[in-house]
Amino acid sequence: MAKIDSEVGGDVTFFHTSQLDQLINLARENSLWYLLFGLACCGIELIQTGGPRADLMRFGAIPRASPRQADFMIVAGTLTYKMAERAKLLYDQMSEPKYVISMGSCANCGGLFQLAYSVCKGVDKVVPVDVYVPGCPPRPEALTEGLIRLQDKVRNERWQDKRRAPVQGTGAA
Amino acid sequence: MEKLILRRVDRNNEEMILNFGPQHPSTHGVINFIVETDGEVLRKAVPDVGYLHRSIEKIGEVTGWHGFMPFTDRIDYVAAMFPNEGYATAVERLTGIEVPRRAQYLRAISCELARIASHLVSLGTMSMDIGAFTPMLHGIRERETINDLIEALCGARLTYNYHRIGGVAFDLPEGWKERTLAFLDHFDKFLVEFDRLISFNEIYVRRLANVAVITGKDAVDYGLVGPNLRGSGVDWDVRRDLPYGAYDDFEFAVPVGQGFKGTVGDCYDRYYCRCLEMGESSKIVRQALLQLPEGEIMAPKVARNLKVEAGEALSRVESARGEMAFYVVADGTNKAYRVRARTGSFTAMGIIESASPGLMIADLVALIASLDVVAPEIDR
Amino acid sequence: MTTSEIHDLLKARFGEDVSAAPPPPKGDAWLTVKAERLVEVCRFLKETAGLEFDFCEDLTAVDWPKRNVIEVVVHLLSYKLKHSLVLKVEADRGSPVVPSLYPVWKTADWFEREVYDLFGVTFTGHPDLRRLLLPDDWVGFPLRKDYAEQGGWHGIDNVRENPLVELKRLDDSARAEAAKSASPAPAAAPPATPAPTSQA
Ligand code: SF4
Repeated sequence: MAKIDSEVGGDVTFFHTSQLDQLINLARENSLWYLLFGLACCGIELIQTGGPRADLMRFGAIPRASPRQADFMIVAGTLTYKMAERAKLLYDQMSEPKYVISMGSCANCGGLFQLAYSVCKGVDKVVPVDVYVPGCPPRPEALTEGLIRLQDKVRNERWQDKRRAPVQGTGAA
Repeated sequence: MEKLILRRVDRNNEEMILNFGPQHPSTHGVINFIVETDGEVLRKAVPDVGYLHRSIEKIGEVTGWHGFMPFTDRIDYVAAMFPNEGYATAVERLTGIEVPRRAQYLRAISCELARIASHLVSLGTMSMDIGAFTPMLHGIRERETINDLIEALCGARLTYNYHRIGGVAFDLPEGWKERTLAFLDHFDKFLVEFDRLISFNEIYVRRLANVAVITGKDAVDYGLVGPNLRGSGVDWDVRRDLPYGAYDDFEFAVPVGQGFKGTVGDCYDRYYCRCLEMGESSKIVRQALLQLPEGEIMAPKVARNLKVEAGEALSRVESARGEMAFYVVADGTNKAYRVRARTGSFTAMGIIESASPGLMIADLVALIASLDVVAPEIDR
Repeated sequence: MTTSEIHDLLKARFGEDVSAAPPPPKGDAWLTVKAERLVEVCRFLKETAGLEFDFCEDLTAVDWPKRNVIEVVVHLLSYKLKHSLVLKVEADRGSPVVPSLYPVWKTADWFEREVYDLFGVTFTGHPDLRRLLLPDDWVGFPLRKDYAEQGGWHGIDNVRENPLVELKRLDDSARAEAAKSASPAPAAAPPATPAPTSQA
C-alpha cells in the first residue's frame, strides 16, 4: 500500500473513489429519466421534443409517468397556485438524487402572466431548480441544450453529496 | 372538493374513491378527476379543473386591444390560430374593420393547417391513452412538418400570434405555396396509412365502438360543439352554417357521426369524425392556396392605439375543438372592458360527470380522449 | 329572426319584464330580462316553435361598479333556425342572485359555477354551486373590477425581483472588487473609471 502510495504520490483511497464517482456519474448522466410534467403550452413542445424529430431518447432520457421512477422533472408550463402544491408533492415523491429543469418563461418566473392573480411566479418558489430553459415556448433544441447542461451538472458532482437547501412554500395538501 | 375526497365510503361493498390526475398522462393536461368506483366500474367521475387557470380574461382588461393577441394563443395552445382568429373577428365586428380578402384566405389557410396539427396531436394522444404508442409518433412526425410550414409563415412553432385585428401579420413567404401543396399531397397518403395503421385496427375499434355513447339530444343540451357534437349525429358546422371569413368560397364536406363501427355518438364516431375532418381541411387549404387572391393583408388604418366605441360583440369560429366564441365588451377606451372566451373543451368537461356512470375505468380514459379536451381551454 | 322581432314576441307574452336597449351602431343587440322571470322566458324561448333556441352558447357576467350591477349575459343560438339572441339579467352588486338556468339547459351547470367562482353571483336552484376554477379557500371574486390581489397563496409569495437588479448588484460588486485590487497599485488608476455600459 505504502509502495503504491509513494508511486502514485497521492491518497489511494481518494483516487479510487473519484473513479467510482465518474463511473457512476457516467451511468447516471446517460440514463436520466424524466417525469412527464407538461403543465401548459410548453408541455406540447415537450411532447414534440420527445417525439421523432428531436428525440430526447438519444440522450437516454425516457419519459416516465410516475414520479417514483423519474430522476428529474421537467416543469413545462405555467404553474398556478392551485397546481403549485401538487408540484411540490410530486417533487417530494421523487427519490434522491433528483433534479428539476424549469422549461419556459412561465416556469422560470411567471413569464407572460405577471399580471395574473392565480399564477405562481416561478417554480423555484416551490421546488429547487437546477436548469432554467428560457423561451416561450423553448424550441426543442433549447430543451435538448438544457438536458445537456443537466448532464454536465450530473457528471461533475459527487453523487452522495446531494443535499438540498430547504425552500420556501408549503407542501401541505 | 375535499369533501368529495374525504367522504366516508361504505366498506362493505367495494366502493373506492380515487384521485385521477392532475398529473396523469391520459388526462390531457392538468385536470383532476375524483373517481368513485365500484370495483372496476365507475359510479361517477367528477372533474376538478382549474389547475391551469391563468387569469387570461382578467389580463384582457389591462392590456390594450392589440396587446391581448399573444394571450389568446395561450387559450388553446394546441391550435393557437383559432383563438387568434376568434378574438380578431370579435374586435372587427365591434369596430367595423373590414378584413381584406387575401387576409381572410390566409386566415383560413393557417387555421386549417392548425386544425390538422391539432387533430394529429389529439388522435395521437388518444391512441396512446388506449394503449398504442406508434400512431402518436406518426402523428407528431406529420405535425412537425406543419410546424415547419407555420414557422416559415409566422416565426413560431406553437404560439403563433399570427392574426391581427384587421388582417394577418405576414404574407406568404417565397416558395411556401409549393411546399404546402407538396405536403398536402403527402398528407393525403398519410391519412390512408393512418387509417390502415390504427383506425380500422380490430382491437382499437373494439376499445372505442359503443363506448360512452352520447346522444344527439344530450350533446346539444350539454352544449357540446365541434367534432364531439357532430360525432353525436348533429349536423352543424359554423364554417358552413354561419360562414365567416373566406369559408363561403370553399367546397368541403362536414363529416357527421353515423355509427361507423357501432352506435351513433360513441367514442369511435368522435374519433373518426376527426380523421375525416383532417381530409376536409386538407381540401380547404388546397382550394385556398389555388384561389388565393392578390391584395393587401391588413386593413388600412387600424390605429395602433385602438379605441373602440362602447358596445359588445360575439364572434363565432369553428376551432379544432368546436365552436369558439369570443365575447368582447368595450366601454370607449383603448382597453377592453371584458373579454371572454367560450371554448369547446369547457362544455365537453361538463358532460363527463353525467356520461361516466357505468363505464369501466379504462373507458373513462377513452371518453376523455375522444372528447379532446385541453386544459387551457377549460381553465383559461 | 332578429332581436327586435323576438322582442315583439316576448313583449306580447311577458309585457314589460323583457325590455330592449336601443340597437347599437355596431356589434350585437340584446334584451334585458327581469331576474324573476328569466327561467320562464328561457323556457319559452327554447320550446316555442319558431324560436327554438336549443343551444345555450355562453353564459357569463360583466361587472359594472358604476351602475352597481353585475350583468349576467346569456348567448343563445338555434341550430335549426340559425338565429341567435343575447339576454341580459341585472343583479345587485352587493348580493347578486339570479335564478339558475340549469333546468332549461344542462350546459348552464358549469357556466354558472364559473360565474359564481369569478363574480360571486349566486344562482338559486343550481344543484351543485361551488368554486370551479379557483381553490376552495380562495378569497374574493377576481373578475370583479374592484378585486384586490391577496399577494401569494398558502405561503407562496408573488413577488419576483427584477433579475436586472441582481445582475447590477453582481456587476457593482465585481467593479468594487476590481477597484480594490487596483487601488494598492500605483495611484495612477483613478477610482472613477468610465463604467462599462450599465446592464440596468
Ligand atoms: S412559457 Fe410561454 S409557451 Fe411556455 S407555458 Fe408559459 S406561456 Fe406557454
